[in-house]
Amino acid sequence: MDYGGFDSSGASVRQHRAIKILLAGGFGVGKTTLVGAVSEIKPLRTEEPLTEGSLRSDSTTGVERKTTTTVAMDFGRISLRSDLVLYLFGTPGQQRFWFMWDELAIGALGAVVLADTRRLADSFPAIDYFERRDIPFIVALNCFDGARRYGIEDVRVALDLDPDLPIVQCDARSRESAKQVLITLVEHVLMTAPEEPVRHSVR
Amino acid sequence: MPSNEERWLDAEAGPVVRPYALTRGRTRHSGESFDLVATVISTDARLSDPSALGPEHLNVLQLARAPTTVADIASDVDLPLGVVRILLADLRELGLVAIRMPVTMAERVDKQTLREVLNGLRGL
Repeated sequence: MDYGGFDSSGASVRQHRAIKILLAGGFGVGKTTLVGAVSEIKPLRTEEPLTEGSLRSDSTTGVERKTTTTVAMDFGRISLRSDLVLYLFGTPGQQRFWFMWDELAIGALGAVVLADTRRLADSFPAIDYFERRDIPFIVALNCFDGARRYGIEDVRVALDLDPDLPIVQCDARSRESAKQVLITLVEHVLMTAPEEPVRHSVR
Repeated sequence: MPSNEERWLDAEAGPVVRPYALTRGRTRHSGESFDLVATVISTDARLSDPSALGPEHLNVLQLARAPTTVADIASDVDLPLGVVRILLADLRELGLVAIRMPVTMAERVDKQTLREVLNGLRGL
């Protein structure tokens, strides 16, 4: 659809479809590299107010309290068509960032957990998170130079993943490889999607 | 006549406006909440009192002339998402922008869209 005859309150806005894909994984696993390999990467940050619970009770005297914290996200967009845009969001995998995932996950197509076989345990929290919320995901092993390659099935056992959950090897620097990771995710979601999607009213 | 306080302010002094100062300290926006990839588009409404808006509001409004998303705007104006949300909610309250939920918001992405995404990715 083109926006040539765009009417500001018209139907074209509704046709503009934005699809979210999440990218999770431990620090330094290659999330930024993968987003940059396959999409137009853009800076995006959020300055979140700290909740009362996260403020130290002893910090109220004397100095000004720091009441916000800045989190940088990996953010990439891929225009598939003028009316269909894929958005990639990568945020740090640690549990203290879950508040961001909770928002990102709503309506998301699915997620990619990027893992480094040398530090597989770093991907446990993300896998746990998506399993518990029933968000479809796949695991992509970023094959770093010099890293010993483990068999996919060894990784499956180590991460305690279902037999039908796709695990792929990738090179996060390669556009083709990153593209293949996304294709694998969409194929997986398509395969596991119910035949008749349950439609709730869309506001 | 410039006041004394203004004299020491320059680029090297660093940001003198804390992000949430742009929102007059508000950290929550009014009205219905909207997703990161909700579509934003400016309306044809005329602004009756331009002084009600700050330069950041006008900047955001400018970007919304063609359909865009909340995340795209935040990235383009280089402000934190939370701040941009509040600016957008202000503009919405004034009737200057319309914010629409992504169609896939309330449900899983439907199969037809999944197929279109798949074809799109394969064609990259």
